[in-house]
Amino acid sequence: MKLPNFDYACPTSLAEAIDLLARHDGDAKPISGGQSLMPMLAFRLAAPSLLVDLRLVPGLDRITVDESGVELGARVRWRDVEADERLARACPLLAAAIPHIAHYQIRNRGTIGGSLAHADPAAELPAVALACAAEIVIEGPDGRRVVAAQDFFLGPLTTALEPAELIVAVRFPPWPAARRHGFQEFSRRRGDFALAGVALFFDEESGLIGNAHVAGFGIGDVPQRLAGAEAELNGRAPTLETFAAAARAAAAEVAPQTDIHAEADYRRALLGTLTERTLAQAAGLGHAA
Amino acid sequence: MTTERITLTINGTETTLDVPVRMTLADALREKARLTGTHVACEHGVCGACTVLVDGLAVRSCLMLAVQADGAEILTVEGLAPDGALSPLQASFRAHHALQCGFCTPGILTTMHALLTAEPDADEERIRDVLSGNLCRCTGYLPIVEAVLAARDSYRRTEETP
Repeated sequence: MKLPNFDYACPTSLAEAIDLLARHDGDAKPISGGQSLMPMLAFRLAAPSLLVDLRLVPGLDRITVDESGVELGARVRWRDVEADERLARACPLLAAAIPHIAHYQIRNRGTIGGSLAHADPAAELPAVALACAAEIVIEGPDGRRVVAAQDFFLGPLTTALEPAELIVAVRFPPWPAARRHGFQEFSRRRGDFALAGVALFFDEESGLIGNAHVAGFGIGDVPQRLAGAEAELNGRAPTLETFAAAARAAAAEVAPQTDIHAEADYRRALLGTLTERTLAQAAGLGHAA
Repeated sequence: MTTERITLTINGTETTLDVPVRMTLADALREKARLTGTHVACEHGVCGACTVLVDGLAVRSCLMLAVQADGAEILTVEGLAPDGALSPLQASFRAHHALQCGFCTPGILTTMHALLTAEPDADEERIRDVLSGNLCRCTGYLPIVEAVLAARDSYRRTEETP
């Protein structure tokens, strides 16, 4: 369908962009890559009176890698992440997720900030941000605030963002060199939204797993930290038996819904299988499909 | 309806267009610039038929506002064969029977042109991965993959492409 009618503004500063959003009191939407918002407009699921294009706002496209971790500006595109060789070491879980995100053409325009703000329950970045305990840096009429990924995703397509607030960056904590990670998802066709997926990492000390972070996505309203699976992992040896127990815990602690794409039981079983495979992938134990 | 004036370079020619702000780049190319080689099918970013190159990158032109392309360099399928002769990629599609109804073909040609320009040594797996962003309901994709593989030589030899 053709897009609904709206006005368009292309501010040249962050303050001006926030001011435009504030003056329209929830009836204006920011746009950058547009890879989620444009389909929403085409389906008339969104019909704002004003689009505020962020393409000329300076400073939002930076990638910073230092001892405090990785900071990605909101307008950093997937292709920028793919092309930045530092990120394979500085945030390998993010790098591992990128090939699963949509398609080549979409990755050429889609942005970090857009994916977080759109908050699709089956999207990869929200799950990676959650697994990594990332922080989302937000700016609005009342200044800057930082929200933990855990507190940012409130429901399907719903976040902690106020109408006049913008994501300016996402920060990932430092990544120890020895940390193990894995990312897997299952979709019926390449590039489709996942029916279920898992993003995880753990550290190893004296042959035992510690600090396990396991996030599932596509299995509920928001990406979910799988505390039961993490409890099965922490303090145990990274063996296939441990991973099978964690997978059972993961499947037991999610409550997926039946929809046109998959039944609830199928998604639950799929999440268990993916958890097991992703853990094996992280540990380098083969049998990772 | 709000209209804005944009200036962009389309297939090497600087062009000024008056576009409604809600108009997609795909519609602006077709209806304002009268370049109907860019096809519009799903209009929500699923099918890839409308793919064009914006500043050298393959993007879905239905997922971009025309006003967002102000100042950009656009290459459409027409720009692949500026003199009317088929480009090596297009000739390879013809030789390998890589199109049937042809509706998806402009988007596949532009996508594969972008890919081979950046990665002339792309292997079959990479080509198939990138091709997943374009729907074709006729060919079954096999002849498309063969055509793209066979066209790689022309991208390796020539540094300069349209």
